[in-house]
Amino acid sequence: MSTVELTAVSRWYGNVVAVNDVTLTISPGVTGLLGPNGAGKTTVLHLMAGLLAPSQGTVTIDGKPAWRNPEMYRDLGLVTERESVPGFLTAWEFVLASAKLHKLPNPEEAARRALAIVELHDAQDRRISTYSKGMRQRTRVAAALVHDPTVLLLDEPFNGMDPRQRMHLMQLLHKMADEGRTILFSSHILEEVEQLSGTVQVIVAGRLAASGDYRHIRRLMTTRPHQFSITSSNDRLLATVLIGQPSVSGVSLERDAVQVQASDYGTFTRALAKLAREQDIRLTSVLPSDESLEMVFSYLVAT
Amino acid sequence: MNPTIMRLTARALLGRRRVLLLLPMPLLLIGMTVIGVTSGASDDEWGPPVLGNLGLSVILPLTALVVASSVLGLEIDDGTITHLLTKPLPRREIILSKLAVAWAVTSAATAVPLALAALIAGSGALAVGMVVGATFASLAYCSLFLALSLLTKRPVAVGLVYIMLWENLLVGFVAGARVFSVRQHATAIADGIGGTPLLSASVSVATALIVSAVFVVVGVVGATRRLGSFALTGEAS
Repeated sequence: MSTVELTAVSRWYGNVVAVNDVTLTISPGVTGLLGPNGAGKTTVLHLMAGLLAPSQGTVTIDGKPAWRNPEMYRDLGLVTERESVPGFLTAWEFVLASAKLHKLPNPEEAARRALAIVELHDAQDRRISTYSKGMRQRTRVAAALVHDPTVLLLDEPFNGMDPRQRMHLMQLLHKMADEGRTILFSSHILEEVEQLSGTVQVIVAGRLAASGDYRHIRRLMTTRPHQFSITSSNDRLLATVLIGQPSVSGVSLERDAVQVQASDYGTFTRALAKLAREQDIRLTSVLPSDESLEMVFSYLVAT
Repeated sequence: MNPTIMRLTARALLGRRRVLLLLPMPLLLIGMTVIGVTSGASDDEWGPPVLGNLGLSVILPLTALVVASSVLGLEIDDGTITHLLTKPLPRREIILSKLAVAWAVTSAATAVPLALAALIAGSGALAVGMVVGATFASLAYCSLFLALSLLTKRPVAVGLVYIMLWENLLVGFVAGARVFSVRQHATAIADGIGGTPLLSASVSVATALIVSAVFVVVGVVGATRRLGSFALTGEAS
């Protein structure tokens, strides 16, 4: 059982602050590190993996510092986002070399086991340069798993995987979590995190924006006010009926559209079509105007 | 030393087209030697320009630069260095393994043609001197250039500045600069063993051995320290 702890960690590059005063603990189980692109997820993972020194604060794995401590890699595996694998090797050679570099007592057996876990044994004797993106990804997962680490860090592991591979990796991570391992993966896609993990750390602009149970965060996200921009055959009539709806908190009539502020996303979207039909209004477009993930995250930061 | 790192490094190095860059230079050296021997010029006329100025001052350092800046530098460039860094290995072990491969490849690629050139020139003793001198200087050069590949993003450029400006230009103006020129060390050792007019040394063998050894230690210690606090940059997104 291992825990990863960040205490008041900041990291800056020159004048740019990449991670700002983050304190968090990752316990055994699967945790998702969620945030928009450029939020500092990779920096956080690299800090945990001892590949970056914190400018301030401490990063520890089981109480031992992550920075300048090669010994901790006995218990830690990292799958980076960058698709960097030596293409001149076969998957078997690559994973076997990893096992040997870990000085495992039986490197062949460990390599065989790791390749079987990611279901790559059929292609293991082909050069990595001939692999698809998903296969390379799985090769790197196998190399990170070969020494049976208690902490596994994965940076955007589902990028470039097809749905079946995605499902398979999710099952694998769950299985490893059930064995008591500490697994942290980063993602900028909400649904991935939803499917995989109950615990979430949300990072926005280098700060820890939310932390805890996924359902709680999801609720925050769905009950927040939503903006819609609607065009129809009769904007004025539509505005009149909409303002009578409890799920609508504000309506403004503009020259060629109705701007609606909905306080409850689900109720509003269900009611809208029904209302339009009753009033014989033709809806020509319904555009959610703030659905980008950045908006969702910035809403979280504000609460 | 770690046999796995050495094997992977050798495969990465020798499996690339870059290694072909090492071929034309020895051929040029042998060709020039043949011309020198058959031209009728005396040994002290053609020997130092060909064996010294071309062989020991250009071919030897350039080969070392290409090889030593690649053994770790290529991995840093393409990001595969993370695979090596996330292993529970003492950083010294990584550096020494990389250095061993660079040294072996550089020595083989330079000592053999230099010895051949000396044999063509008719001096068996100089051939031995060339092998010893090139092997020794290869180690000093490789240590320096390996450290450079960790200290700067442009090891080849910085290495070229050292070779061209320091060793080939400054040494001509400032006598003291010789002491810190690996090329002069190689010449001193080769000439010390060979004892022919084909080479002319300007520093003593003792100085050469001591200063080269210092370069090796500084290079290895510097590279090990730098790798110990190696931070991934450029992909912070």
